[in-house]
This record gives sequence, C-alpha cells and structure tokens, in this order.
Amino acid sequence: MINLQSTVRISLRALRVNKMRSALTTLGIVIGVGAVIAMLAVGTGASEQIAAQMSSMGSNLLIILPGATTAGGVRMGSGTQPTLNMSDAEAIRKECPAVSDVAPVLSGVAQVVYGHLNWSTGVEGTTPGMFNVRDWPVASGRLFTAQDVKSATKVCLLGQTVVDNLFGGQNPVGRIVRIKKIPFTVIGVLAPKGQSPGGRDQDDRIYVPVTTAQKKLFGTPFPGMVRIILVKARSTDDLGRAEQQINELLRQRHHIGRKEENDFTVRNLTEMMQAAEQSTKVMTLLLGAIASVSLLVGGIGIMNIMLVSVTERTREIGIRMAVGARTWDIRLQFVVEALTLSLIGGVVGIILGITGSEIVSALFGWPTVVAPFSVILAFGFSGLVGIFFGFYPAYKASLLDPIEALRYE
Amino acid sequence: MAIMEVDKINKVYRLGEFTLNALTDVTLSIDKGEFVAVMGPSGSGKSTFMNILGCLDKPTGGQYFLEGTEVGRLGRDELAGIRNKKLGFVFQGFNLLSRTSAMENVELPMLYDGLPAHERKERALMALKSVGLEGREGHHPNQLSGGQQQRVAIARALVNDAPIILADEPTGNLDTRTSAGIMDLMVRLNSESNITVILVTHEPDIAAYSKRVIKFIDGRIISDTAQDGSA
Repeated sequence: MINLQSTVRISLRALRVNKMRSALTTLGIVIGVGAVIAMLAVGTGASEQIAAQMSSMGSNLLIILPGATTAGGVRMGSGTQPTLNMSDAEAIRKECPAVSDVAPVLSGVAQVVYGHLNWSTGVEGTTPGMFNVRDWPVASGRLFTAQDVKSATKVCLLGQTVVDNLFGGQNPVGRIVRIKKIPFTVIGVLAPKGQSPGGRDQDDRIYVPVTTAQKKLFGTPFPGMVRIILVKARSTDDLGRAEQQINELLRQRHHIGRKEENDFTVRNLTEMMQAAEQSTKVMTLLLGAIASVSLLVGGIGIMNIMLVSVTERTREIGIRMAVGARTWDIRLQFVVEALTLSLIGGVVGIILGITGSEIVSALFGWPTVVAPFSVILAFGFSGLVGIFFGFYPAYKASLLDPIEALRYE
Repeated sequence: MAIMEVDKINKVYRLGEFTLNALTDVTLSIDKGEFVAVMGPSGSGKSTFMNILGCLDKPTGGQYFLEGTEVGRLGRDELAGIRNKKLGFVFQGFNLLSRTSAMENVELPMLYDGLPAHERKERALMALKSVGLEGREGHHPNQLSGGQQQRVAIARALVNDAPIILADEPTGNLDTRTSAGIMDLMVRLNSESNITVILVTHEPDIAAYSKRVIKFIDGRIISDTAQDGSA
C-alpha cells in the first residue's frame, strides 16, 4: 500500500500541471465557502445586535400604555387618553407579586441650555425605579432618590449624547442647566446605552423626577398623570403572570365592566424582541442554506473536472496498475486530489468570507460576526464535499481494466 | 525448475452472439533463467497470452502457476501485488509517466510496495545506473531519446527485483541500432542476473537473441524450438 505522503505529492503535482483548471475548479468551492461564512456572519451579527439591544432595553420589560380615546366614533390610537397615573404605578408595584419594579414616565421635548450652548432633547420625568427597570447605572455622580421625587427637586440626570452636545469635555456633575428656562442641577451622567431596538439614540435624553416634570415642565390638567408605565417582571417566566396581574389590577382600578374594553394596553417588549431574535435566527439559517447550495454546485464542479481528469489520464492509471497499484491506491490518489482542491478552496473561501463580511460591515454599517463555529462548519463541509464528489471519479478510475487503460490513446 | 507453468489455458471473448477463441488449450512451461521469444502474426493470440502471463488478464479456462502459485483465480488486488513484486513490464510504447522524471518513473513500483523514500532513491539510482542512464535521473521522458526511454522502462521493470521481465515488442518503436542496444541489455540481464525474459516480437532478428522461440497461430502453439541465441 502506498503511503499517504506520496499520494499527496502525486496529487499536488497533478493539480499543478493544470493550474488554470485547478484554480477555476477551486473557485466554485471558494465562492461557496465564502458565501456561507459571509451569510452566517451577517446573520449572527444581526442577532447579536438584537440581543445587545434587548439587554440595553432592560430585561423582562413590560410597557403599559394608556388606551385609545374615542371622540364621536373617531378612535385616536393608543396613548392618547390620559388614563394612567402615579397611583396606578404605585398600586402595580405593591399589589402585583410578579412585578419587581415600576417606573412611571411623563415625557416631553424641551430646549436645554448650558452657557452659550443649547440642545433640544427628550426630557423624561420618572422615579428611581426607572434605573432598576432598565438596568441603567450612572457613569458619574448619583441617581435621584425617592426623596427627590417626593419633594419635586430640580435635579436632572443627563444621557451621554446630551453631555457631548452641551459640555464638550467638561464634567457636568454639579453644574446648572436650564430646561425650559428653569434651572436644574446636574447630579449625574448615565452610562451610555446606544441605540434602542427602534433605532433611537437612548443617550439623547434627560431624566428628572416625575413630580418635577408634572409641576414645572409638562403641566397637565390631570394631576398625577403619566404617559407610560414601565414594569420589570421578577423573571422571564413571570412575564406572562405579571401581564395578567396588571390587567386585572388596572381593570379593577379603572372600573372597567366585564364587557368593556381596556383603557390601557400592556405590551410585552421582551417577548417581541425574542420573536425578532428568533426570526433573525431563522433568517441566518436560510441565508446559510442558500449559500450551501453554491457549495454544493462547487462540489459538482469538482466531480465534473475529476471525471474529465480520470478520462484524460486513463493511460497513467493503466501504467500505475501495471506496476502494482491496488484498487485503493488509485482511489486514494483521486480522492486526495479532489480533497486537496476542495480544502484549498475552503481556506481561500474562509479568507474571502471574512474579508467579505468586513467589507459589508464597512460599506453598509451592518454588524457582522464571524463565529468560529461557522468557519469550522464551512471548512469541514468543503472537505466532505471533496470526499463525496471525488469518490465517484476515483471509484471509476479504480475499476478500469489495466489492459484497456494501457492501450488508451 | 518451472517458474511459469500454464496448463490448458483458454481465453474466450464473447461479443454478442459471436465467441472468439483467442487462446485454445495452451500448455507451456518456462524455467527460471530462460530467454523466450513469442512470435506470431497479429491476431494469433500472442498478446492475449502475454497479458495472462503478466497477470493483467485472467484465462477463462485452465490453470496458470507462477512460482508455484495458481494465479488464475486471484482477485484484482492480489494480482496487482504479484505484478508489483514478481513481474517487470517493458512495452512497445515505453509507457512512462510523461510529466515525471526518470527517477520518479523508476520509483513507481516501489511506491506501491510502500518502501521508504530514501530506499526508493537509492535503488532507483542503482537501477538507472545498471541500464546505463547515470546522470539522466532528473530528465523527463520528453527530454530522452526513444532508446533512453526504453532503458528507463527496463530500469523500472528491474527495480523491485522481479524475477521475470515481460517485454511486448520492446524494439517496435526503435531504429535498428538502438534496438540492438536494448536487446544486448536484455541478454545481459538474462545471463548476468538470471532474470527470466519473455519477449513478444514479430521480427526474426529480435527473436534471434532468444534461446527458445514459441510460435502462435490462431490461439494455438504451433512450434516450440530451442536455439543458441547467438544473434
């Protein structure tokens, strides 16, 4: 039996003889492997981005929106009716066992001034519960407290984007900014959070105590009214239970009869995000599957060329058989040849796939992540393709009649 | 002692409804160290006979003993092993691997015998030297003359210490002077190394180098005569 090292040398030489042909044959695998890796990189990048956004949003999150107003048969869409207030939030926190914390929010847009610079941004009045619900720590300074909310103090927390636009390089903690011309003391800067799942900049925001917002900034005719209530469930498993408990509680509090519709909506953001993540995963799989088709086509290309090669080298096969090559010596020679083609294609394809996904990242700004598993998968798959599609030509070669093969012109 | 013994071998080709008797009841015994020429017109069955002797083909009937082993019923790979170890082939068309050096062509049988690289090199060099091709190891077949290519083929046949060389029209593609050189080499291998040589030819002057001439017509042996081989 011939040793493997010699077989590999023979195969490499045979491939070198027809450089152009070998290169073109390999190209099929290069494109296949490259496509698989790039597609999986785009898909993995997308789902990792969603996962990151999910954790930036805060985990196990529910949002309660006020219901739709109906005026003369015209329904205005959810959030237009002032049905939620501070005591709803407080009741949810106290009476729903599946809820770990709540954060009522009253928000608006306001012009903020510091020195000679000004910036228009979202101002949200809320309670300290917000930073627990959204898993959001301060980068410097401190959060406001329940006491701040109680006494409606004029303090604020700035998002990083606001700091960048108003303060340049200075430390804003302790400074006074004017929101709607009212002076507020900056007590802290929040840690950067990046984009929301909807694409909004979550750092372009100012947080003030909810009571301050109600009394000083966005006065409403309904005392204690809030725009939304954020709720954190105790765990992912508790999300459904929390939703149900909130529904029951608010229906009771808002005196909603059996047949009447809710005047509020509870949205399960975590569930929505999980659905999004799931669909991205399916997408990734689909892209990968489509890319594997090109890998398959590349494999067929290898088989085609190997069949041509076996026919062309019939005489060589005859000579080898005459001097004592056994069935498996011949088979191995051609399988190794096909395998060499496909593995070279695999390596080049991996390089191409990685570069390709970086180019996609750079050009379109899509996040791409080349997972090591996808590289191993693509490389292993290209090897299997080589063996699978190389075997039939090798098998054919090994069954040639030595006399016929020696006579072949 | 008989190194090759064939007993009533037949070879029948079936081509649809026709049957062609390529060999009919051929019985023959060749001793170790003999130099035999097989002659006959084309279609006489001499090539078929050589293919069977060379374990490239199997008889449809009868028995063939090679060094005492019945090889007619062996499988593909066992026959390959016998070709590798016991038989050396020299063909009319040389049958060298074209994009491979003389050295590597000679190494080929040892490759399939699984010998380590250094031993292959050593023995290939010796074999090339013994056929007078010292210094041509790196040449490719297309850089060598016909006679030199045939010498490479002979070196390849020798290199595994095969006791038998089967030569099918070895001088068919060569001019008279080169042919004489090749035949002298064969005679030398036969007399000095006691290698059994079986030669197929249709040229009487080539057959004259041998010590025994077997003539085929229509798949049968019609004469088997000894001669002094003093061409």
